[in-house]
Amino acid sequence: MAAPADPVAPYLAEFERSEKELDGGAPVWLHRLRERAILRFRELGFPTTKAEAWKYTNVAPIAKTPFERVRPGEPRGVAGEAVDHFTFGVLKCSQLVFINGVFAPKLSYLRWLPEGVRVRGLSEVLRTDPQSLEPHLGKHATLNGNAFTALNTAFMQEGAFIDVPAGRVVEEPIHVLFVSTARRAPSVSFPRNLVVLGDGSQATVIESYAGLDRGAYFTNAVTEAYVGPGAVLDHYKMQRESEGAFHIAAMALHQDRGSVVASNSISLGGGLVRNDVRAIFLDEGGELDLNGLYAVTGAQHVDNHTWIDHARPNCTSRELYKGILDGRSRGIFNGQILVRKDAQKTNARQTNKNLLLSTDAFVDSTPGLEILADDVRCTHGSTIGQLDENAIFYLRSRAIDEEAARSLLTYAFASELINAIKVASMRIKLDQLVLSRLPRADAVQEAV
Amino acid sequence: MTPMLEIRDLHANVGGKEILRGVSLDVRKGEVHAVMGPNGSGKTTLAYVLAGRPGYEVTRGTVLFEGKDLLAMRPEDRAREGIFMAFQYPVEIPGVSNAYFLKASLNSIRKHRGLPELDAMEFIQLVQDRMKLLALDDSFMRRGLNEGFSGGEKKRNEVFQMAVLEPRLAILDETDSGLDIDALRVVANGVNSMRGPERAMVVVTHYQRLLNYIVPDRVHVLSNGRIAKSGDKELALELEKRGYGWVEGPASVASPAPR
Repeated sequence: MAAPADPVAPYLAEFERSEKELDGGAPVWLHRLRERAILRFRELGFPTTKAEAWKYTNVAPIAKTPFERVRPGEPRGVAGEAVDHFTFGVLKCSQLVFINGVFAPKLSYLRWLPEGVRVRGLSEVLRTDPQSLEPHLGKHATLNGNAFTALNTAFMQEGAFIDVPAGRVVEEPIHVLFVSTARRAPSVSFPRNLVVLGDGSQATVIESYAGLDRGAYFTNAVTEAYVGPGAVLDHYKMQRESEGAFHIAAMALHQDRGSVVASNSISLGGGLVRNDVRAIFLDEGGELDLNGLYAVTGAQHVDNHTWIDHARPNCTSRELYKGILDGRSRGIFNGQILVRKDAQKTNARQTNKNLLLSTDAFVDSTPGLEILADDVRCTHGSTIGQLDENAIFYLRSRAIDEEAARSLLTYAFASELINAIKVASMRIKLDQLVLSRLPRADAVQEAV
Repeated sequence: MTPMLEIRDLHANVGGKEILRGVSLDVRKGEVHAVMGPNGSGKTTLAYVLAGRPGYEVTRGTVLFEGKDLLAMRPEDRAREGIFMAFQYPVEIPGVSNAYFLKASLNSIRKHRGLPELDAMEFIQLVQDRMKLLALDDSFMRRGLNEGFSGGEKKRNEVFQMAVLEPRLAILDETDSGLDIDALRVVANGVNSMRGPERAMVVVTHYQRLLNYIVPDRVHVLSNGRIAKSGDKELALELEKRGYGWVEGPASVASPAPR
């Protein structure tokens, strides 16, 4: 099939065809939201590198590829063992699994949850109780600037709805796993997650994206999280798509008064990857730890854009993103922090560090801080470099051979972010994944 | 008896510039040699060349260590053969634990010597014994390698590593720099406890002060990349009194600086 002249057209046509199926008997507000979204997508079109936010990430390969949307009920044929590869061993957690964007009930299970806590597939809630989504769905991830968020909103159907009422503490993590498989034709999925934490509630949410084989597919994901007053959210995103995959994801995080969030984004897979995180403090006293680790090689391209809006006073954000780039890979970090005029006593720290392991790897780092208030403490910094030759020599002078020293220093670079993961079995898994990429994992295991 | 370390006519360049211009030096086992000299005389370069630092290019001369061609060995192999360098500026490596790193280092050396590797318990016993020597507390081992260490802690850690690794030849590069008198005593104590008939030391220092605590068998003055004068410990005292100008080559001796 020839590339369409207008890359937007097939999506509009698909929307025409499937709108009924998507909406069924959905309420008017949802119907309108989808319509607004597809119109917005039509207006915006696929971004080009002329747009500042997409300067270094060319999505033409996505626009050019005709993707098929997988419909519910299509044969899946993915065995549980294949999925086990992307779960976290002995971790006691509730787990929702989606195959090519379609809920897989046989692979999913819920553990005991406190009263009133809902962990559901989005499609089920859309069908049975859509009004419970209305206060939040599409309210945090807005359609303003991001064509991919608009596209997701038009087609959203599957994903997780996690609703924790006031005061409830969900001790065990909730793991939402999106697995994609190679199909005859490249497929697209639109995972959509909504996390709502009521006053003083707590939850740990892990999103995973994984590819089972090397094929090309497109994951267009959006996660919205509203964290109510005094609520605590630990959020993880583990991206292990296959190397032929396109992964474009947006996270919108709205923090209410005194809420505490730690969000960790791990990007290891994918061919062309873009992560957007937009966080806003809706009220005073919020705290956010925003961490990211991207480790890529070959021809992988990973772009992390973060935006933190200190809209209200007395909030703290600590941001740390680290990249390890090997082969001919390309990394982009763009972090913007906005401290608005009345956001006094803001405490914001932003750090991006990049380690280049090969001469062909390349990184662009753009830290940014816009401060309109006058009584704040804000810092930002960014580094791009190779392994420290002084450190390599120091280790060699202690009888550690050179290759082992390089592996050890690379691991040490990542360890800060590995250790930031509070869920032990996920931390161990990430540790193994990072080690497995090092030539001398044996030496590292001996020395850390 | 052949010397443990035999340096002959050693010339070395750093960044294309000749720093060592024909150093010859014999160190026998059991001996402690002090290498002194003004800034820029090549003291640290000599230490780095012996430890095998990349970028320090030997252009002429030979170095034999226990009869083996030292210059042909990689830095890690020199360490396994029994050479240890205490750095003037030890590197901080957060994410690598002080303890496990040292265990990996020790076992690499033991393996090379055909000794069985130490298990965790044996290692802890050894380490606790050596920590007392350097007045280090337990928290020290749980920290990252030199991470957030003060200057004095870093120097103590270097000597502590030496005490655990038990090298044949220790090269101490400006181990006294940045130490107050109490820390200097602790560090010197650690070094002295390592002295023995089978071990040699080369102590590189700018100041005589360290040599009050680590009393050398021989003192050499390096000047313009050569050993300008050698003597016993009295030489260090004389240098303290008269300064380095006194030995800095024939020109300065023949014509004193104009007043």
